[in-house]
Amino acid sequence: MKAKEPLGSRLAEAVGGGVLRVFLIIVGLFWLVPTIGLLLSSLRSPEDIAASGWWNVFTEPSQITFDSYAKLLENDDITSSLLNTVWITVPATLLVVIIGSLAGYAFAWMEFPGRDWWFLGVVGLLVVPVQVALIPIAELFGTIGIFGSVLGVVLFHVGFGLPFAVFLLRNFFAEIPRELLEAARLDGAGELRLFFRVVLPLGGPAIAALGIFQFLWVWNDMLVALIFSDSGSQPITVALQTQVRQFGNNIDVLAPGAFISMVVPLAVFFAFQRQFVSGVMAGAVK
Amino acid sequence: MTSATAAGGVKPPAARKSRKSVTGTRRMVAALFLLPALVLLGALVVYPIGYSVVRSFYDQSGDGFAGIDNYKALFTDEGIRTALKNNIIWVVFAPTVATALGLIFAVLTERVRWGTAFKLVVFMPMAISMLAAGIIFRLVYDQDPDKGVANAVWVGVHDTFAPSSAFPKAHPGRDSPLEPAGGGAFITKSPVRAGEAVSLPLVGVAPRLMPDDAKAAVAPEPQPDKVTGTAWQDFTRGRGVGTLNEVDRAELGYAGMKVEAVKDGKVVASATAADDGTFTLPASADGAQLRLPASNFKEPYNGLDWLGPSLVTPSIIGSYIWMWAGFAMVLIAAGLASVPRELLEAARVDGASEWQVFRRVTVPLLAPVLAVVTVTLMINVLKIFDLVFIIAPGSSQDDANVLALELYRKGFSEDQPGIASAISVFLLLLVIPVMWFNVRRLRREVRR
Repeated sequence: MKAKEPLGSRLAEAVGGGVLRVFLIIVGLFWLVPTIGLLLSSLRSPEDIAASGWWNVFTEPSQITFDSYAKLLENDDITSSLLNTVWITVPATLLVVIIGSLAGYAFAWMEFPGRDWWFLGVVGLLVVPVQVALIPIAELFGTIGIFGSVLGVVLFHVGFGLPFAVFLLRNFFAEIPRELLEAARLDGAGELRLFFRVVLPLGGPAIAALGIFQFLWVWNDMLVALIFSDSGSQPITVALQTQVRQFGNNIDVLAPGAFISMVVPLAVFFAFQRQFVSGVMAGAVK
Repeated sequence: MTSATAAGGVKPPAARKSRKSVTGTRRMVAALFLLPALVLLGALVVYPIGYSVVRSFYDQSGDGFAGIDNYKALFTDEGIRTALKNNIIWVVFAPTVATALGLIFAVLTERVRWGTAFKLVVFMPMAISMLAAGIIFRLVYDQDPDKGVANAVWVGVHDTFAPSSAFPKAHPGRDSPLEPAGGGAFITKSPVRAGEAVSLPLVGVAPRLMPDDAKAAVAPEPQPDKVTGTAWQDFTRGRGVGTLNEVDRAELGYAGMKVEAVKDGKVVASATAADDGTFTLPASADGAQLRLPASNFKEPYNGLDWLGPSLVTPSIIGSYIWMWAGFAMVLIAAGLASVPRELLEAARVDGASEWQVFRRVTVPLLAPVLAVVTVTLMINVLKIFDLVFIIAPGSSQDDANVLALELYRKGFSEDQPGIASAISVFLLLLVIPVMWFNVRRLRREVRR
């Protein structure tokens, strides 16, 4: 078919294809260069950073040093905040998945009055901006004495992660073939057994998508932790944020710190691309 | 399902008909399954909405009823008005540009073999925090073209089209034959004669800023019927001017310096100095004054002040687009994959050009996806906080202000929770149409 096309249009196609490639490569560079800039900046000494641009390492590779990273990992504020990020993210993700699955299953397969209205109510909460809750929850947490704790940050993330979790899981669970559930029921399984042995395993893809999505969401959060954590419970995003006001002076902390904070999300992203994409797509309502 | 999942989200295992309980659930059990979720949602999402609404009608201390004063502040408070204005700019530009780029990328990558790699690169920023993206772009937008890549590129492009001068700050020294001619140019005090050699000594160029091709200056040699001369740096490092207004050894010529001969305000001849600073003008320059035009002395172009008051919001929007264009692209690409190939082929067979196929077939078919993406980004942009908080330097943070940032300031650093609550209720009101749309869309489906 190609061979039958006139030479002119084949030529135009080849040139067009060349232009297209060059265009995409340039755009790709636009997207890559900022991150490369951060990485290379984190590998230079503060003196070099103050003197010249990161691209100078291409001509002077001897500038590359891991000193900033070494210093950073001796910085207790940073290491403890990295741990806090883990202590916040892991429970906030697990709780959302567990509580969301329970509710999702109830909304999908149990009978109780007003079931669908309750569910629609939850769906309505999908787009509620977190900003609405900052002041009230700050006061609430202050009253019950968990303001400034890891627990408070976790709870807040769970609360605002749940609408999406329930929405996603209920819709997914509802598509499980009835026959499967009935067969298990005939084998004598009760609700709990059905939930653990049939619904959860079949819900794997949705749960994975939700888990990845929530994990990245919480890991990357700054605003919630900025308000609800204190200096002892702050995650890495908040610890770095305090250094930003003197950006130029703190670049040897900020650049490697930002890069370290990106390593886990990027690893998750590359390892679970498919699930991440599913989660993001389903999350297009959030 | 939702249009989002129709765009290729999580695939359900199979279709189903009735969703009646298979176990004949007791209500107690259902309540136990639901309880944790409903309690947390109630306490952490629903209750705060009510609290914020009520709080927004009370004064800052929370003791006195304030009516709609807090809402009036939304439109009178200087900071909030800037925030509101910026939020409008954000909502109008960020989602549309990100969606447009996403559409372009999605369509173009379909035809390239390494399209997946490209998509990965563009989608990657979605995985990182806005804080990290903020730090990344603080580096990108560094004002100094020697450090910030944005200005390095921008100055590079600028200087390609409008080369900056080689001799900023050069100026006549003591007893110089030159005097300022206005506008940054310098002119000889007296006219020159053919057959004469003219000295044009200047000082003030830092040695490291001298052009690389500058060579040791050569004293001007008179030539019959010509005006000759030398423009040079009359300054020897470590030894001052040497012989004043005379070319000394180790003094450098002003390679590339432009020289004009001016008679009665008109340029009658011009020349460019050679690497050793010498230049030659034809006989027509006889009786003219020699002028060194201002273009020789312009300050080098230093690029744009990306994070200055006027550009800071567009700059931060740029970083947002960097983060979220990939989101638009992935959703649109999924939508594109579900567009029937036959339709596109049919249009091509009918003689439609690629552009017509794109404009008349692809885009209309993608309209629902484009709408979902744009609306999602709009909601997202409404709440934008981290990027502005991190990227805008203290000096221009007021100019970059957005509602979520102002809410944070009012509520947590200026102790005005009444106004902060009014801002939060305002944000909530803005997303209510979307909330209503989501609920309606699902109601039909839930009732199946």
